[in-house]
Amino acid sequence: MPLPALDSPQWQSPLRTFAWGIWSITSTVLALVLFATYLGIGALAHGTHFSLGWALASTVFVWAGPAQIILISTLGSGATVVQAAIAVGVSAIRLFPMVVSVLPMLRTPTTKRRHLVLATHFIAVTLWVECFRLLPQVPRERRIVFTHGLGGGLVSLCLVATTLGYGLAANLPQLFAAAILLLTPLAFLLSTARNCRQLSDILALVLGLALFPLAAMLHTGVDILISGVSAGTIAYGVHRWRRRQ
Amino acid sequence: MSDFIGDWHALLVLLLAGFLPNEAWRMLGLWFGSGIDEGSELLVWVRAVATAILAGVIAQILVLPPGALASVPGWLRYAAVAAGFLAFIVTRRSIFAGVACGELVMLAGKWWLG
Repeated sequence: MPLPALDSPQWQSPLRTFAWGIWSITSTVLALVLFATYLGIGALAHGTHFSLGWALASTVFVWAGPAQIILISTLGSGATVVQAAIAVGVSAIRLFPMVVSVLPMLRTPTTKRRHLVLATHFIAVTLWVECFRLLPQVPRERRIVFTHGLGGGLVSLCLVATTLGYGLAANLPQLFAAAILLLTPLAFLLSTARNCRQLSDILALVLGLALFPLAAMLHTGVDILISGVSAGTIAYGVHRWRRRQ
Repeated sequence: MSDFIGDWHALLVLLLAGFLPNEAWRMLGLWFGSGIDEGSELLVWVRAVATAILAGVIAQILVLPPGALASVPGWLRYAAVAAGFLAFIVTRRSIFAGVACGELVMLAGKWWLG
């Protein structure tokens, strides 16, 4: 079922727009990938002896797959709260440019900053991709409500997945658990590759993959920060150098 | 009920090490984002660093695998991801085809190893 036309009277009702937002999660294969990722996060939380309530709270409040995986696996491997916070904080830097690029699509001249707080919280890689795809089909003054529906729908779906993964973990064959955990790097690699727009993005992705194993040998606890900032800066340097040519 | 929540200390850790360091970047984007031009040089650099950090997260899961993924040998993890990427390219950037192919290679490899 496609979205109604931009001038359709259906958009006049906020409730209906919200429902269209929720309904839109059925139109993307990314929702399926996200579901599987959160099955894995639920299973991982069970394996590292966190409670189900804790796992659900992390899905609602953190709402970023890589950050949750890093949080659970670093805490599970005995890291301190400070080390875990640094690792999570570093992985979350990517949210900043996502928010900066999505918000102009949601704003109208009368939009206040507080109207955007919830929509901002929902922004992660899936919502970022889907906003670029779907928001042009939604009238501007209804986009915040639509995003609330879309984000709320995705979070609800992932809460179900977290619970299922947590419950299955005890009985899950190891092969299945490994397959679920492999979904995260696959899905993140491919969705990032699809969003690469410039040479600097592609270089950053390739160098970021290549430099991490080197940085990991330093055992600093902030290895991802070191490899990420170096790889990103080199990629940016090449981008500037090519432009000057 | 106490089983569902677990201990409160763990929730405090979630707040300090999970929620705050993650949410801070979203709120910074909300606060300072409106002044930044989407095509600005600063944003090109921030996006390159953000992409490289995400690449680092992907590499970390593959190089230092969590939980059950550690039962899959290293070469098979890399081969599965490489196969997934190849399928993604061949199918003109279909994420679904790439993910499915990567998973199949991993499962086939594990089955072959016994």
